[in-house]
Order: sequence, then C-alpha cells, then structure tokens
Amino acid sequence: MNKKEWPLWEVFIRSKQGLSHKHVGSLRAPDAEMAVNNARDVYTRRSEGISIWVVESANVVASDPSEAGPLYEPANSKAYRHPTFYEVPEGIKHM
Amino acid sequence: MEKNKIDALNKAFQDKIDNEIKIEPKDYMPDAYRKTLIRQISQHAHSEIVGQLPEANWVTRAPNLRRKAVLLAKIQDEAGHGLYLYSAVETLGADREQTIDDLHEGIAKYSSIFNYPTLTWADMGTVGWLVDGAAIMNQVPLCRCSYGPYARAMVRVCKEESFHQRQGFEVVTQLAKGTPEQKAMAQDSLNRWWWPALMMFGPNDADSTHTAQSMEWKIKRHTNDELRQMFVDATVPQAELIGLTIPDKDLKFNEETGHYDFGEIDWDEFWQVVKGYGPCNEERVAARKKAKEDGLWVREAANAYAEKRAARNKKAS
Repeated sequence: MNKKEWPLWEVFIRSKQGLSHKHVGSLRAPDAEMAVNNARDVYTRRSEGISIWVVESANVVASDPSEAGPLYEPANSKAYRHPTFYEVPEGIKHM
Repeated sequence: MEKNKIDALNKAFQDKIDNEIKIEPKDYMPDAYRKTLIRQISQHAHSEIVGQLPEANWVTRAPNLRRKAVLLAKIQDEAGHGLYLYSAVETLGADREQTIDDLHEGIAKYSSIFNYPTLTWADMGTVGWLVDGAAIMNQVPLCRCSYGPYARAMVRVCKEESFHQRQGFEVVTQLAKGTPEQKAMAQDSLNRWWWPALMMFGPNDADSTHTAQSMEWKIKRHTNDELRQMFVDATVPQAELIGLTIPDKDLKFNEETGHYDFGEIDWDEFWQVVKGYGPCNEERVAARKKAKEDGLWVREAANAYAEKRAARNKKAS
C-alpha cells in the first residue's frame, strides 16, 4: 500500500479581471499542476473564477495568533491615521 | 498547564463565542470543542460522499439527457462538498486518511438517510426535495457556526445546494402531474421517504446528548426539534400544492401555534438504522471501501507522474 500522502495546497481564485486572487480553500494533490487541475474542478464549477493560484500550505508563513495583541493593538490608539480624525471647516464641500 | 491558566483560556474562548467572534484553526480551543467538531464535520463529510451512492444508482437510467446532466452535476457537487468538509476537518489537526478509514471500519457515522434504497426514478425527485431540503434546513444555520473553516465551507455548500432541492421538486411535480401510474410512483416515494427525512434532524431534544453543549459553543443554532418543525412547516404546503399526501394521519395545522402538529416518529427504526441495521448500511460501506481500493492505482500513478515530472524539471534546470 502506497502510504505517501499528497501535500496540502491553498487555493486562491481571481473571480474577474481587476480583482485580486482571494483564498477560497484548500485541497490535496501530488504536485502543483494537478493541484491547479483539481482546484478548477472543486472551486470553479459555476464560473467563480478566471485564474487560479495554488501554494503548498507548508510554504505559507503566518503570524502567531497569540501575539495578535502586541502586533495589532498599537494601531488602535492612532486615530490620527484616519481622515475622520480631522476637523474640516464648514463651507468646504470636498476634501 | 496549570489549572487556573487553562480556566482563563477557556473563559476567554467562551467570551469570544458569546461575542460572535469566530474561532480560527490556530486559536486556543478546549479539547472537547475540537473533538466535537472533528466528529461532526467528519460525519458531515462522510454523508456528502456516501450520499452520492443512492443517486449514482439512477444515472444510467435517467429518463432523458436533461435529467441525466442534472443528476451528474448534483453528484459532482456532493463530491465537492465532501472535499470542502474534509479540508475543514484537517484544520483541526485530524488526519484525513484516518477519518476516511474510520468510516470504512464502521467507527465513524454518516447520515442514516443514505441507508435507505432508491427503488424508483421518483426517489431521485424525493431525495432532492426532502433529503436535500432537510439538509439545507440543517446547513443554513451552520453558516453562522462559531468555527470559521466550517462556517465558510457551509456558505459554499448552501449556495450550491439550493439547486439540488429545486431539481428534485421539479421531478416530483412532473410525476405528480403525469399519468395515474406516475402520480402513484411519486406518492409511493413520498410515503417511503417522509419519515426517514424527519429522522434526519436527530433525536428529540430531550434525548439529544450533544445539543445543549453545542448550542453554548454556537456550533448549533437551533435544536433538533426546532429544525424538524421548520422543515414540516415548509414542506407540507409544497406537497399540497402538487396534490400529494403526507403519510401522517396526525398531521394537522394548529391555529394556535401557527405550526403543523405531526405524529410520533418511529424511534426504534431510527436507532436500528443508526446502529447499522438499516436496509443498505453494509452495501454503502462496502461500496466506499471498494472505491478506495479500486482507486489505489490512480493515486499511485498520480504520485509516479509527479515524481517523474519533478525529476525531468530538475534535469532541465
């Protein structure tokens, strides 16, 4: 019995020209080309896409969810990075 | 880990759930939550895959090309749904191969409805109408399940599944409008599938061991009995419209509650089928095992092809 397991691939689909590829799910396949073929069968049966990317899941580097606080909280206190922080005098219609 | 540290983690986890924040694969989750999800999602995946079998029975005998194309598309969808769900279960650290072997060894369950045979063409209609109808009733609230990957898989499944129910109802409607023999075939099919369809929602709330905890974790949003009532209320008028009779002499609209009252389910039959003594339990698992064994050479060939191509690319570069 062949115990060699097919690697896991993350699938990204561009739904139409002008939009980015978006993660839609994952699947298993023996190599990249077969992963693209499988992704076409599994994720685009109803014209959901015009372009597919596959990336082997083992190659994805992710931030650590337990560090979410120190990583993202500093941005919460910096409201001045948003345009709504500023007062615009009355009479100015567009800025 | 120390006990109070685990308590704090569990509290933070439940706070997230209470605030409708989704749990993602790498987040902390209690072992029992993980185990419950692995059990539920893998059973759900197995149901999608085993669910192809009763329908495959009619592909070569579909009455015309349109019906055949539709049936094939539906069966292909079920395979896709199984794949989404096996991927979701893998995010919880479960081994995909092992989950499938658990099904083949009778350790893991799948929806009991697929242990009933599809005897006539009318069953292709009834299965779509009632079985997919009941599945949709179960799956729509699962789109808001607290576990992110499961909820996302359900959104895709529900989007694709709505055609399954409609095509089934179309088949039944056409038969009900047909010759007396065709109408009788539709009625016979409804008679056989009605009660098993109601059983798909599981035991009564009082006898359901997992419901309370699953609702606290927001894996489940409605109890079995609530979903079953929603299904009955939605389906009875559909049967009336096409002139078929629901096989339940106790079925009656209750003006006070605004819902249909219905008869008692044969729970002995339910438990018999769950425990493996339904009409097709052995046949279904045997078919799955055979498919895995017969497909082995394809998987091996795909591996060999991938290796050969990798070696060739290496040489060329």
